[in-house]
Amino acid sequence: MSLSYNRICLVGNPNTGKSSLFNQLTGLQQHIGNFPGVTVEKKVGICTLKNGQQIELIDLPGTYSLIPQSEDERVVYELLANEGHPERPQQIICVIDVSNLERNLLLFTQLYDQNWPLTVALTMTDYLNQSDLQSIQAKLETSFPDVRFVAVNPRIGDGIDLLKETLITTTAVLDRVKFGEMAIKDLLSNNVLQRRDAQSRYRRIALLLGDWNPKGSASQKKTTISNWDRFLVHPIYGYLLLLALLLVIFQVVFQVASYPMDWIDGAFGELAQIVKNQLPEGPFTNLITDGIIPGIGGVMVFIPQITLLFFFLAMLEESGYMARIVFITDRILRPFGLSGRSVIPLVSSAACAIPGVMAARSIPNYKDKLITIFVAPLMSCSARIPVYTVLIALVIPSVHWGPFNVQGLVLFALYGLGLITALMAALVMKFVIRAKDPNFLLMEMPMYRWPRWSQVSISIWNKVKVFVLDAGKVILAISILLWGLASYGPSQRMENALREIHTHDHDWSESELEKAEANARLENSYIGIMGKTIEPAIAPLGYDWKIGIALITSFAAREVFVGSMATIYSVNSDGEEDSGLLDKMRAETTETGEPRYNLATGLSLMVFYAYAMQCMATLAVVRRETNSWKWPILQLFAMGALAYLGAWFTYTIFQ
Amino acid sequence: MIDQGLNDYPNGTPLIVTSVADNLLGAKLTEMGIVEGKKMRVLYRAPFGCPLAIDMGDHVLSLRKAEARLIMVASI
Repeated sequence: MSLSYNRICLVGNPNTGKSSLFNQLTGLQQHIGNFPGVTVEKKVGICTLKNGQQIELIDLPGTYSLIPQSEDERVVYELLANEGHPERPQQIICVIDVSNLERNLLLFTQLYDQNWPLTVALTMTDYLNQSDLQSIQAKLETSFPDVRFVAVNPRIGDGIDLLKETLITTTAVLDRVKFGEMAIKDLLSNNVLQRRDAQSRYRRIALLLGDWNPKGSASQKKTTISNWDRFLVHPIYGYLLLLALLLVIFQVVFQVASYPMDWIDGAFGELAQIVKNQLPEGPFTNLITDGIIPGIGGVMVFIPQITLLFFFLAMLEESGYMARIVFITDRILRPFGLSGRSVIPLVSSAACAIPGVMAARSIPNYKDKLITIFVAPLMSCSARIPVYTVLIALVIPSVHWGPFNVQGLVLFALYGLGLITALMAALVMKFVIRAKDPNFLLMEMPMYRWPRWSQVSISIWNKVKVFVLDAGKVILAISILLWGLASYGPSQRMENALREIHTHDHDWSESELEKAEANARLENSYIGIMGKTIEPAIAPLGYDWKIGIALITSFAAREVFVGSMATIYSVNSDGEEDSGLLDKMRAETTETGEPRYNLATGLSLMVFYAYAMQCMATLAVVRRETNSWKWPILQLFAMGALAYLGAWFTYTIFQ
Repeated sequence: MIDQGLNDYPNGTPLIVTSVADNLLGAKLTEMGIVEGKKMRVLYRAPFGCPLAIDMGDHVLSLRKAEARLIMVASI
């Protein structure tokens, strides 16, 4: 009896090539979302089978056992062991790494006992010779007669067509003779039974494999791993390499990304000008040219940085080096209440705290996880880069100290500041939060592999898509809202301010008059009123009400600072559309005629942006991750206080 | 040979697992393939002796000193 299938789950141990297989089966037809109620990433793709039928493929998080130990694994358990689950699949592809057969078979036998219609994709077949592969496939087919085994190599696409053909003909499964001795449900909260069950499964797996002992595969793997690890986890070279690598990554992201960013910036500026010339003057044209087009440009301009940073992160992940980073940093981070597993979330947070906080969900220990989530937003994210970029260009001279550009060094120092503060905050929290579970690290050191462009580019594509579609619409909406708030105000107040200018006698030129009017308009817009209201509070940090406006709007997202500044100064413009934001900020003076953006104010703002929790999206993610408003609110106030004190301190020193 | 924790042996000594602690972490270690009779050796250690990388035969597993103490082994 053939069944009609519409949903298939991809299940397997970590590091089996499961995600490569998912990418091979679905190509770019992927959607990244969340499982309901939790923040475990849900990768869903559309796969077209050989008969043209389209099925939904879900890539489940990697797990070693069906018995859950973390939120990720609970999702897998719920979906595969709970018969009432609304998204229950019709069949399963279990990915098995043949170079690591015993441990991979444990999860497989658990799935087998759940009576799942199963197709097994055998991966890492390039570590076996052909006869060893054939003999093990025959052994498995004999032991599990209603399961089909297909050898695939997702790295080069081998076996994918055969796998797609096999999926069409999967049939329903009658109640199987169980491989294990106990039912999964009985093992859930009983570690004695859980252990006994695993022991008996391993005994039977050993019997099943018998004298099968592939030549060369294990020793070849270990030799390669040892040769590389001798250097890469070396107590001196290993750390030097890691530091050098991080320095290179951030220099490249800063320097190389700036070229495409300038092109994007210029292109959107030109587009706004062209549209302005084509359309009749009026509020609608202003909305398009001053609100919408700069808003979209403000989203697009981040794509180069996200692409470059996630290129590096995907390379680290793909190559197997990320596990070595965990290995050599675990002992260093543990005194701070973090673990080696916190490195990936924290490194991700150096791109964006949102994936970073989400990556922290894979930390099995509650306390480690909470601390990592709490301090992750202190790491310098890509949203801070545009803020830093503008401020550095504004107040730091572009000179060289030896081989280093001073501007690059300041950026590096800001990353350092974020990291050091994150560690200190973690240390404080180590003594505040109570531990719930025992703390452990069990991690496979995967084989070193050449990263493949297809994997890296799909990973980048997904990140960019998530950013543009999710973060982008928030940025665009706020840009437009800001433009509205900066263009309109209480009408009586606005009229009075404008009348004031015209009633005074002065010998202003027409452009000076326009500028004065624009200034008056901005000062009396809704946003100007808000900025002015907080001016006394932020004056000790070296800020005026215009910076106050940017601080207010940045609570939505840090990068809005640049958009706000552009909006503020374009409203305040003297009509020269070609002069950029930097020129306008440079020309800005205080009441005494001093430049507004001197070194002290610039550094003070950098420290403020390094510390303040100015990202609604992060707060929302933290709330979902911790399942309570307590942590994000605590985070908002703690980081806000840190930002205020840090900025005040910086301004006082440099002024 | 007297049974000792895995962490007590120097790198490279061929070892065999004699028992695993009877607790939640022990169950997890068992699921990862650390069962009585399993042959293994410590490949290398991070600075300060933690974590340890264990040669499990067909793969390399890393774990902390605290976990290694739960695994009783004998040299072979």
